[in-house]
Amino acid sequence: MEYIFIFIAAVFVNNIVLAQFLGICPFLGVSKSVPTALGMTGAVTFVMILATLVTFIVQKTILDPFEIGFMQTIVFILIIAALVQMVEIILKKVSPSLYQALGVFLPLITTNCAVLGVAIMVIQKNYNLLESVVFAASTAIGFGLALTIFAGIREQLELTSIPKGMKGTPIALVTAGLLALAFMGFSGIVK
Amino acid sequence: MNNWQNFTKGFFKENPTFVLLLGMCPTLGVTTSAINGLGMGLATAFVLVLSNLAISLVANSIPDKIRIPGFIVIIAAFVTVVDMCMAAYLPSLHESLGLFIPLIVVNCIVLGRAESFASKNKAIPSMLDGLGIGLGFTMALTLLGCIREVLGSGKLFNITLYSENYGMIVFVLAPGAFIALGYLIAFINRIRKTN
Repeated sequence: MEYIFIFIAAVFVNNIVLAQFLGICPFLGVSKSVPTALGMTGAVTFVMILATLVTFIVQKTILDPFEIGFMQTIVFILIIAALVQMVEIILKKVSPSLYQALGVFLPLITTNCAVLGVAIMVIQKNYNLLESVVFAASTAIGFGLALTIFAGIREQLELTSIPKGMKGTPIALVTAGLLALAFMGFSGIVK
Repeated sequence: MNNWQNFTKGFFKENPTFVLLLGMCPTLGVTTSAINGLGMGLATAFVLVLSNLAISLVANSIPDKIRIPGFIVIIAAFVTVVDMCMAAYLPSLHESLGLFIPLIVVNCIVLGRAESFASKNKAIPSMLDGLGIGLGFTMALTLLGCIREVLGSGKLFNITLYSENYGMIVFVLAPGAFIALGYLIAFINRIRKTN
């Protein structure tokens, strides 16, 4: 039951993009069409779960016992950067077709603040290992949901006539605002 | 390009938020009030100046292959300094900025300047570039913070302008951030076109 609460809270109530403002860069950058949005979601889900798992174990077995919690930021970002590189190399060797689909998005993920954000949030919220993994997976699904809906809207937006000054980023931001307004309807379901 | 241009280009011509559209997460996330925007902007500016300085000094001795990880470690070190100083001297601001302080590490502006400017230039121009871009970012964040605070809660830097009952609360919440920034960018584009 607890895990279901974590899931609903992370996907709908505290949506990583629309309520917490993490991962805005890919949200605005790679949301021009639905297939690219799905590809990005796949890559983010994969890296986010793996990164949270590794950083959680490092925090509990190295940083906490030696009381070097202040090294958290440096250690976590290095782990994420190394992990992304490793995933890229392994994927290239093991599954070229998957690499074709996700490859372009992988280097972008190092600077996706959602990945580092989730890794730190999990420690701050004092989750255990299983809760952390569930939280990471649900956050990634929430990211994918927001990204895919937004990409769908933007595809339609291409066909409408928009005032000249609002074309491009401004209209995308206002659209995201309305989407965030819709997601606010979920607030209060889970605390 | 002379030093003065290095310093001033960040304010308008290459403003990181309005023109280059970098560093969107903190821009939207912390600007619920003018004070938060100012604090976040100055913290980022501090990291930018010092990381630009350090990177311009050591860039030649870092092998090309591990350039990016090297830059990230330098940036992360300065972010940790800011994080700890802020926790010690400005605990309330540290509380309200929260997660966004450690996330300066992945702010594209900082790594972007390191890669595109500091690694190719000498120490003094790099510092001025960092200061200019940092202050341009601070200006953008403070402006957005002011707009959201005035429209949302009727205050400016915590001074009441009109009764909170007339404020549009949506501007303090998440959707208001997107909508306010969208219209602000449209407005700035319009000014840039007429110039």
